[in-house]
Amino acid sequence: MDVMIYLIPLALVLGALWLGVFVWTLRSHQYDDMQGAAERILLDDLPEAPRVPPAV
Amino acid sequence: MERSALHHQPDHQSALAFAPFVRGDEKGLQHLVLSVNGIKCASCVQRIESTLAREPDMAEARVNFSTQRLNLVWKGTAAQADHLAAVVEQLGFGVRPFDSTVNHTESDREANFLLLCLAVAGFGMGNIMLMSVPLWTSTTEVMGFATREFMHWMSALIAIPIVLYSGRPFFRSAFAALSKGHTNMDVPISVGLVLTTTLSIVETMRGAEHAYFDSVVMLIFFLLVGRYLDFRARRTARAAASDLLAMLAGTALVIENGQPRRIAIRELVAGMRVDVAMGERIPADALVIEGTSTLDTSLVTGESLPQPVGKGEPVYSGMLNLSAPLSLQISRPADNSLLADIVRLMEKAEQGQARYVRIADRAARFYTPVVHLLALLTFLAWVFIGHMAWQPALIIAVSVLIITCPCALGLAVPVVQVLATSLLMKRGVLVKSGDAFERLAAIDALLLDKTGTLTVGHPELVDPQSYPSAQLALAVSLARKSRHPLSKALAAAFTGPVADLDVAEFPGEGLAATVAGQQVRLGSRLWCYAPQADGNVDHLELWLAIDGKPQCRFIFADPLRSDAAVTLRALEAAGLNLHLLSGDRPEAVAHVAGVLGLAKAQGGLKPADKYDFLEQLKAAGHKVGMVGDGLNDAPVLSGADIALSPSTAIDMAQNAADIVFMGDRLDAVRLALVTARRTQQLVRDNFLISIAYNIVAIPMAMAGYVTPFIAALAMSSSSIIVIINSFRLKRGL
Repeated sequence: MDVMIYLIPLALVLGALWLGVFVWTLRSHQYDDMQGAAERILLDDLPEAPRVPPAV
Repeated sequence: MERSALHHQPDHQSALAFAPFVRGDEKGLQHLVLSVNGIKCASCVQRIESTLAREPDMAEARVNFSTQRLNLVWKGTAAQADHLAAVVEQLGFGVRPFDSTVNHTESDREANFLLLCLAVAGFGMGNIMLMSVPLWTSTTEVMGFATREFMHWMSALIAIPIVLYSGRPFFRSAFAALSKGHTNMDVPISVGLVLTTTLSIVETMRGAEHAYFDSVVMLIFFLLVGRYLDFRARRTARAAASDLLAMLAGTALVIENGQPRRIAIRELVAGMRVDVAMGERIPADALVIEGTSTLDTSLVTGESLPQPVGKGEPVYSGMLNLSAPLSLQISRPADNSLLADIVRLMEKAEQGQARYVRIADRAARFYTPVVHLLALLTFLAWVFIGHMAWQPALIIAVSVLIITCPCALGLAVPVVQVLATSLLMKRGVLVKSGDAFERLAAIDALLLDKTGTLTVGHPELVDPQSYPSAQLALAVSLARKSRHPLSKALAAAFTGPVADLDVAEFPGEGLAATVAGQQVRLGSRLWCYAPQADGNVDHLELWLAIDGKPQCRFIFADPLRSDAAVTLRALEAAGLNLHLLSGDRPEAVAHVAGVLGLAKAQGGLKPADKYDFLEQLKAAGHKVGMVGDGLNDAPVLSGADIALSPSTAIDMAQNAADIVFMGDRLDAVRLALVTARRTQQLVRDNFLISIAYNIVAIPMAMAGYVTPFIAALAMSSSSIIVIINSFRLKRGL
């Protein structure tokens, strides 16, 4: 049962890592335009695609 | 990608000045947000972005497809804004400055906040389950007392910050409700969350067998899922309000001491002199002081024929100047204009709407006192009848609060709504407000507008094959130079080669050009030397004359939508009372009503008349829906229990509408009605499931048999059953 001392914090760290990635995607406005993202996947890359803008 | 070329209609507001709406930042970058009209597919996005990316000084150009807004950032001066907007316009999109002083980021922030709370709760739920599953499946004898304690303390360590963080949406809303002296669904939720957490901490501290941390976090997670879905469904409705303000964000060309100057429309005051070019909208109610022209008044009055105006006549904001420049004297400033009157009428109507109580809130009103009373009774019964000590009695009472978990109730409405919304969206029907289905399912009367709703909304040439192609080609060569609706219809009906002519336009009369030494005219009967009308004034017509001799008469009509009659029969069969209300000439309305077999039809109505009619129906106890597309319909659309608009409607009507349908089929109205009724049936089923679940669970909890495992099982199974039931929506539609 001693192994739990390592495993539980490990699970927490992995979970926190996922949470961190999610917060990053949220902060970088990846959920602002879900419809647009769905349409843009159909396009070839733009020549010098404009960068994702900061918050408006 | 031909698709994109077809659906772009040039907007009529090209003369706007954009510089007043540019916002500079400390780094010397200029920011501008534009509302872009006509983005329908990915290639539109690409065309706009790649074209703007080629502009020098451009730092960013990004289209938000969901909100139809274009975000521009560039190095340089604010004055470049006009050029950039013109670039987008040349691609065939309509652009309008979006007033960034309107706080439109509020709903974005709220959505992100809910998502963040949801993610944190999900993180906590996953980790607590790691510890709860062993606790449920093992016993203290097997795992040992110390291990159980360790797991409880670890759960507490995870759960407490998560309740404090992710519980905020519920605590805030409960606090806001309580401080105003009433209650909502979040009050019992908050009480349950706080009590369960406190109880679990106390139990953990005294080394008891059960702690309910998993239930708390699971409760928060499921409720946040419901809350987020609900918010998503209502978000577009809020965005609509800020678009409405954007309508007043245009500019007008003011002449002061002989000097022209552009100012924002809302700064206009009575007495100012304003010049309105061809193709511009009248900015405020005014009198014509110079010039004659024809106006497209269809948005204001519903009248399908362009109206001539001359010196000294009044014009109203929102009308479109078709054929010649006009000088106006403002009689009423923009915030006092007909447009603003209509906005006010809409606001008044919307306040009436606020009294509508959503079904979930009605359930909450019933739920809160009942659950708290049951918990209290349980406590008192165990203490005074069961002679139990107060601590264990309190634990049993709190477990009643946990087990009557409003999870299923919280999911009952939003899951069905989101499913129905996405189902309709795939069929070209956009649902804008969260409670649209509830209100649509309840209506028993439907008001219909004529022009643009039952009809296609613009004139079309009747039977184009019947005209000699040489004459048609000649007429089109003239017509393509004009913005008059009939000219546009004529041009649209012909695809062959046309000549490039030097055409002069005479407002209210027609067009003239010289072709191979001959004087060619296109226009009204009188303009083309044709004999006086033979009594048949219902037709829209254009004449073609060569060298003073009438050659050909082109007849136009605003055709009915192809499935109008079938749809109206189906709506009547569904139990709706149909009324046709139009601002067009009574004889035109009577004709359409006759063709469609509508018994109740009225023509020549002003916006206020339509609104009065609606009020009468509502006062008589009817639940009234409205389908309309014009400015004159906007107050009724706002005031009706449910409003639908075609996507060709003006923005204001679309903003006021709860449901917007695309395409040229009226059948979308029937589809929305059927879906709404089915949705309400499923929501009622979901509530029944929740009630049935509580009938089983509450006695168990009151008897003291609820362990954390049973609570978790009951909660998730009831939620999952509700979700599965909601998926039945797809069957039978």
